[in-house]
Amino acid sequence: MELYEISRSIRKKLIMMHYKSRTSHIGSALSIVDILVVLYFRILSVNPQKPSWEKRDRFILSKGHAASALYCVLAEKGFFEKKLLDTYCVNGGKLSEHPDRLNVPGIEVSTGSLGHGLSIGVGMALAAKRDKKNHKIFILMSDGECEEGSVWEAVSTAGRLNLNNLVVIIDYNKLQAYDRTDDIQSIKSVKEKFRNSGWDVREIEGHEFSSIEKGLKIPIAENPTVVVANTIKGKGIKEMEGKMEWHYKSPKKENLSDFLKELNSDEKSFHKKTD
Amino acid sequence: MRKAFIKKLTELVEKDKDIQLLTGDLGFSVLDDFKMNFPNNYLNVGLMEANMIGMAAGMSLSGKKVFVYSIIPFITYRVLEQIRNDLCYQEVPVKIIGVGEGLSYGVAGATHHSIEDIAVMSALPNMIVISPGDPIEVEMAIEKSLNLDLPCYIRLAKSGDPVINNSDIDFEIGKGLILKKGRDVLIVSTGNMLEVGTKVVEKLEKINVSTELVSMHTIKPFDENLLISESKNKKLVVSIEEHVKTGGLASRVADVLISNEIRIKFLRVGLPDKFIHVVGEQEYLRDLYGLTPDKITDKILEKLEVKNKT
Ligand SMILES: Cc1ncc(C[n+]2csc(CCOP(=O)(O)OP(=O)(O)O)c2C)c(N)n1
Ligand SMILES: [Mg+2]
Repeated sequence: MELYEISRSIRKKLIMMHYKSRTSHIGSALSIVDILVVLYFRILSVNPQKPSWEKRDRFILSKGHAASALYCVLAEKGFFEKKLLDTYCVNGGKLSEHPDRLNVPGIEVSTGSLGHGLSIGVGMALAAKRDKKNHKIFILMSDGECEEGSVWEAVSTAGRLNLNNLVVIIDYNKLQAYDRTDDIQSIKSVKEKFRNSGWDVREIEGHEFSSIEKGLKIPIAENPTVVVANTIKGKGIKEMEGKMEWHYKSPKKENLSDFLKELNSDEKSFHKKTD
Repeated sequence: MRKAFIKKLTELVEKDKDIQLLTGDLGFSVLDDFKMNFPNNYLNVGLMEANMIGMAAGMSLSGKKVFVYSIIPFITYRVLEQIRNDLCYQEVPVKIIGVGEGLSYGVAGATHHSIEDIAVMSALPNMIVISPGDPIEVEMAIEKSLNLDLPCYIRLAKSGDPVINNSDIDFEIGKGLILKKGRDVLIVSTGNMLEVGTKVVEKLEKINVSTELVSMHTIKPFDENLLISESKNKKLVVSIEEHVKTGGLASRVADVLISNEIRIKFLRVGLPDKFIHVVGEQEYLRDLYGLTPDKITDKILEKLEVKNKT
């Protein structure tokens, strides 16, 4: 399957999962689908049959509230059967709204409280260096998450230790839960702070596969890398795109056919087939 | 309970311009009107909870009456030393409003469960810990919190909690409320388990077990006198909480009973000392851990050694 087909089918699945479970954060999930698809199908060296294979690249979803998207990608990649996705947030199940590494194969770190992932990633990167291992550590954070002070402690340490096996992706979707992100802490200042701590800073279009892939194929550099991905919260469903309320709302029965139709229609598809 | 909180705070801010509300990026649809109508009394600090507690301390030391608002784990565990040093140690009366007590955020998972918060917060000297039983108690607690000289933590459920008390209750921080008198069993409940408590009472009364119900909304300072007087001549004391059994209500009750040499049967209803990895909504998890009216009633009857179970 081509990447855009995978993305499309995951977006459709997400509509159904959030509709059935009535959970929040569908906007947060839709904004990272394309990044996750490129990561798992073009970048990460992982083995779905052996989730704890020692040489695998590590991926941490620090914005744990968007775990539904990660579950879909892990299922697509074969870490577990797709039918497990139907148990998302179902009583007695394993797939909680925020990911639990002791419940789900392929989840490296349990997250849900923002601002934890990067420090854990720094620890993994340092351990890999000490062991002279070549795998990389990828961490996906949200833009609002970068407000947490703990993030900046980790940024500082990674710069100090020249952890060039560390790649951070920031989902710059411009919205957090109760304000526009740039009104709380501007992305400009975020980039400057990374740069000042010795990081390479890149920018990509977070819904264009070629741009994502180019941005994430990191040649071995001196420094840790941060990739700021320009994204849209709720990407794929016009009704949701860029709207704060879709941090909380979930699709209703009467929206389903419209939403699914929108995702099905090739004309409206935002991915170029050649992309 | 969130609505009750903001309703009361809105009433108060109209009369008292020193009131300040800081939020850690939460409050969509709950704080909207407050944010719009009182921009000078409101700030979204952002996803910066540690900073928010320190700021609240500074504003409070400058004469403001500060309420900080977020989901419980992010405004308690995450910022514990800020709370301990900047608020408790220095006796700075900031009001911490935590949302999502117990298993309110059921399917969200353990990062969002708040089942050790009473234990953690009560361990801090000078901290006043309040876990209101219904929206009426929330409103009263918010109002009375303005007179406190010490920091307090008020633990709220999410939404849709039923009103249980009459609106004219005599509410004091540190004094439990007797909702119903009884002779055989004393049920002491805290937080949003009060509704379950009322249902247990109904079931027991139906089979002629006379039951008393107390809403112990303040865990610290604990209403020792009430427990001593109301446990007198009872056959059984029961504590009910959506919290681990150690360090919360049960431990407080046990402390009082033992240190006052009250020898009585005692049943602790609460959660085990573990993270809940099973995914489930609040009702489902309550059932799994025996926190439903039926299961609690059965346990009480077992303890009383009454044969005819419900
Ligand atoms: C430490 C912490 N504080 C608050 C929250 C509650 N919360 C979950 S998502 C969110 C907003 C996040 O916005 P952003 O980081 O930009 O993520 P997006 O939803 O846009 O992906 C908040 C406040 C949390 N999960 N963790
Ligand atoms: Mg965002």
